[in-house]
Amino acid sequence: MPKLSDTMTEGTLLKWLVKVGDKVGVGDPLAEVETDKATMEMVAFDEGTVGALYVQEGSKKALGEPLAVLLEEGEDLPEQPVTSATASDENGEAQSTESITAHVTEAVPLPFAGEGRIKASPLARKIAAAESIDLSRIAGSGPGGRIVKRDLEKAIDNPASGVARVASTGGTSRLTTVSPKPSGSGDQRMMLSSMRTIIAQRLLASKTQIPHFYLHVELDAEPLMVLIKQANIAAAENSNKLTINDFVLKAAASAAVAQPKVNASFDGDAIIQYASVDLSVAIAVDDGLVTPVIRSAQEKSILEISLEVKDLAQRARAKKLSPDEFSGGTLTVSNLGAYGVDSFDAIINPPQSVILSIGGIVNKPVVSKEGQIVPGKRMNVGISCDHRVVDGAVGAEYLAEFKKRMENPASILV
Amino acid sequence: MPMTLYRHAINRALNEELANDENVVIIGEEVAEYDGAYKVTEGLWKKWGDKRVVDAPISEAGFIGMGIGASMLGVRPVMELMFFSFAYVAFDQLINNAACVRYMSGGLINCPIVVRGPANGGTSVGATHSHAPENLFANMPGLKVVVPATARDAYGLMKSAIRDNDPVYFMENTLLYGDPAAASDLDDGEFTLPIGSAEVKRSGTDVSLIAHGRSVLVALEAAKQLEEEKGINAEVVDLRSIRPLDEETILQSVAKTHRAVLIDETKPFCGISSQIATTIQQEVFDDLDAPVLRVTSIDAPAIYSPPLEKEQVPNARRVVEKVMQLG
Amino acid sequence: MTNQPEDQSNYAQAEVNLQLDADQKINLMRDMIRIRRFEEAALKYYNAGKMGGFLHLYIGQESIAIGAVSLCGENDHIITAYRDHGHALAVGMNMNECMAELFGKSTGCSKGKGGSMHFFAPDKNYWGGHGIVAGQTPLGLGLAYGIKYKGLNGAALCFLGDGAVNQGTFHESLNLATLWDLPVIYIIENNGYSMGTSQERSSAFKGSLAQRGEAYGIAWESARGHDLYEVRAKTQKAFNRARNESRPTILELATYRHQGHSVADANAKKYRTPEEIGHHKENFDPLSLWKNQLLKEGVLSEEKHRQIDGEAKAEAKAAVEFAEQSPYPEISEITEDVYFEVDQGSTAGKTGRHFFHD
Repeated sequence: MPKLSDTMTEGTLLKWLVKVGDKVGVGDPLAEVETDKATMEMVAFDEGTVGALYVQEGSKKALGEPLAVLLEEGEDLPEQPVTSATASDENGEAQSTESITAHVTEAVPLPFAGEGRIKASPLARKIAAAESIDLSRIAGSGPGGRIVKRDLEKAIDNPASGVARVASTGGTSRLTTVSPKPSGSGDQRMMLSSMRTIIAQRLLASKTQIPHFYLHVELDAEPLMVLIKQANIAAAENSNKLTINDFVLKAAASAAVAQPKVNASFDGDAIIQYASVDLSVAIAVDDGLVTPVIRSAQEKSILEISLEVKDLAQRARAKKLSPDEFSGGTLTVSNLGAYGVDSFDAIINPPQSVILSIGGIVNKPVVSKEGQIVPGKRMNVGISCDHRVVDGAVGAEYLAEFKKRMENPASILV
Repeated sequence: MPMTLYRHAINRALNEELANDENVVIIGEEVAEYDGAYKVTEGLWKKWGDKRVVDAPISEAGFIGMGIGASMLGVRPVMELMFFSFAYVAFDQLINNAACVRYMSGGLINCPIVVRGPANGGTSVGATHSHAPENLFANMPGLKVVVPATARDAYGLMKSAIRDNDPVYFMENTLLYGDPAAASDLDDGEFTLPIGSAEVKRSGTDVSLIAHGRSVLVALEAAKQLEEEKGINAEVVDLRSIRPLDEETILQSVAKTHRAVLIDETKPFCGISSQIATTIQQEVFDDLDAPVLRVTSIDAPAIYSPPLEKEQVPNARRVVEKVMQLG
Repeated sequence: MTNQPEDQSNYAQAEVNLQLDADQKINLMRDMIRIRRFEEAALKYYNAGKMGGFLHLYIGQESIAIGAVSLCGENDHIITAYRDHGHALAVGMNMNECMAELFGKSTGCSKGKGGSMHFFAPDKNYWGGHGIVAGQTPLGLGLAYGIKYKGLNGAALCFLGDGAVNQGTFHESLNLATLWDLPVIYIIENNGYSMGTSQERSSAFKGSLAQRGEAYGIAWESARGHDLYEVRAKTQKAFNRARNESRPTILELATYRHQGHSVADANAKKYRTPEEIGHHKENFDPLSLWKNQLLKEGVLSEEKHRQIDGEAKAEAKAAVEFAEQSPYPEISEITEDVYFEVDQGSTAGKTGRHFFHD
């Protein structure tokens, strides 16, 4: 199972696009794989003949598990599958795909392997349950990659090895903090999708491990609304209509240039401040959300941003994003204005340090500069900050920069 | 202290029980004047005479059936089969009569008979003389099946078998009769060993080698190699009795080592080890760190060719290889 | 047709028969009638679906079991094959335990564990009741071996059918019987058919099946099994040989079964003509012959006969009621009576696992 996203620890093989005996060339699609975020094509990195398919369609496999074997000409089907080490490199796509082809030529399943379940001895399962160890994080050293007692002993003796307890990795068994009431008739039990699992793991980790604080401002959206109306009349010919969100994204990126301390990550003993504002945009899809990234948003015009975000959203909903399109963002914008939400506080998308939460524009009475109560169009904007990176004043300054741009939208258009 | 050979241990048990109970009579082909085809009954006819030690014609169905009939009347025949392979011509008597008559009579009858003889392959005598049929007999409720691996066990279990009031099929081994590795340090005192009690022949921590009969010696040799060459500390459990079966000792061992390799000279299909494997997975499933593996006779009639037959039956190399497969 | 020896000797004058008083003669009749009424009742309830498996009826052969067993003493032992109801009642088993066994009830002689073919009463020196043809012949030899080994003056009566004489174990037993001088009496109840195959089509023989004994140096004799006096006279000679010389005998008694091989034997009439069956029923039914003999001798009246017959019918009817009212064995009893040591609760019976579960 190749690593096809940054957060992927397992994938679901949705569909084989080849069958045993097919000849494939470099770059030919082999299968559709559902990751935690998208449905991807897994392509061949070598040419050869498909010798065996180890995994049934619809089954889940951990990273590094053999999925198929490609044979070179004259090569026989190997006797034993060799499970590659789980790729742990953050930029591991190339590395993990290499490992696919590497083990692909060596691997053959033991009986019952490849059913999408973790292979562990009964004793290993007993120990894992007692020690709250997530077996999916353990590499098995037994025959066919079976996790055996010694693998768990190693993990217990060496907690820093990364194979780790459920509590520190957010394994699914610990996602439930309080048992739900027993389901009754009519209730449904829906198994977690890959995406749901990863959302649950990451946001649980974020909310429990990152010290959040929240700031809000209300800004005057009147000028923005006027500008959008004018701009879209002008833009009718090329048919791309700017949205409130396009301005929000441009303002967010631009404000981050003005206050770069929010465009950063906490990294143990250091803070990494990014040169580029790679803007993650939260997009709701069936059964979850994805956050495709607008790279170097600070350098892009609002039109470029507008076109790009529309394309990303469309492909996100079709689950056709590639992993590099939703990984590596530095700052996230979540806009629930279109859903009628006035204001809210979002959970930080690690390893980022801030997330903007954009409410809808509401008509409400405001006190004018002249001290009179007049009708106004107002937008509530919140920011959630990782206090390890961003202090209150920094967050406030960023919000102020954002507000300034939003209330003077012509500056954004320039 | 001189070591007692396996055949002499049985001989001593027979001699003592002939003295202890006047109803004990030894019947079999060439057990008397010839002194036993494998000299297990050597000297007994000279000492006890025609009435107590009886040469039977080659007529297994006839004389085994006769012994079963006599046992219903309280005679305690110890019947020798020159080879347990010959039990097959007496199968109706051994199964339908000895095993079932108590049941069919609603418990009114019992058969205190011992049928004993070598039951092993590995001597290049071809398929007809090389059967290890303990699984066939242990399959039948009403029978007891005992397979001792050492002289001490053979002695103590033979005495218990003769005193037992149910039919006991006592399976010996031509390769053990004179094997110094199976010899034991027996003092002069009489003792019995209970049927249905296994023994840990070698204590270990990493894997349980569970065997019976000569396979116990194979397991001990394999355990030695595993320790010296692989650093693996194997425990060897000797079943001693197949039915009744000492499951407790088996399960305790597997719960301790978490791994089991079963060594069993019967054929793999429905062998003794099949039953043991079922018991293990049923009772200590969560203690298993690996599947239960087996080393049995290779699944064909016993081959004649001497070097090949040594491969066909379990041997230490095959056991070591199997242990290494546990991973 | 069965082998019917033409022997006109007056066996009534044999010593063993001269010793019989009137009551004893009537008792022999009563015993034969009881067997027949028992089996007729069994057949009725078998047909009513009250029993499982097979039911091999002895009807027509009663004079053999009654005649031979009437000669047994305390050191004599009896064993037979699967057509065993007659011998069971002959040795003194009661109709209730036998009928309950047929019904598969816990009050049966084998607690419902044996069935029709497997009746036992060791306390009456009766060792079954064995289902495999000729399987009992080495066991009978073993009984003789035990008698001799223990120094008792007795004999083992081992009954077998004419179909059993071709089994190897029977020949092995004959060899051993002579070789070791064992006091066994093999009584071949020759009803002419080895299941559905006639003697001519199943056995090679010279004068008779018993004559095969000559090859083993065994004394042998043929007799008319329907004649109670003759059965007793010739069996007594065999007993004398066994008790006095510790030598075996083969006795072949010609007889005829009125029913099929078993009740399940739907082709009873396929291999025998109705005329043949009718001929035997009319002329060689041991019950009619003995009744007429006793009437002739003046020791029996028709009224007495009716009374005895009525009592036997009532006894059989009561046995059916007993069987019907009796409980079936409990499931927990399935694993009882397998091992002596377990049943006794001895140390041996408590060591190791004797019974395995799924």
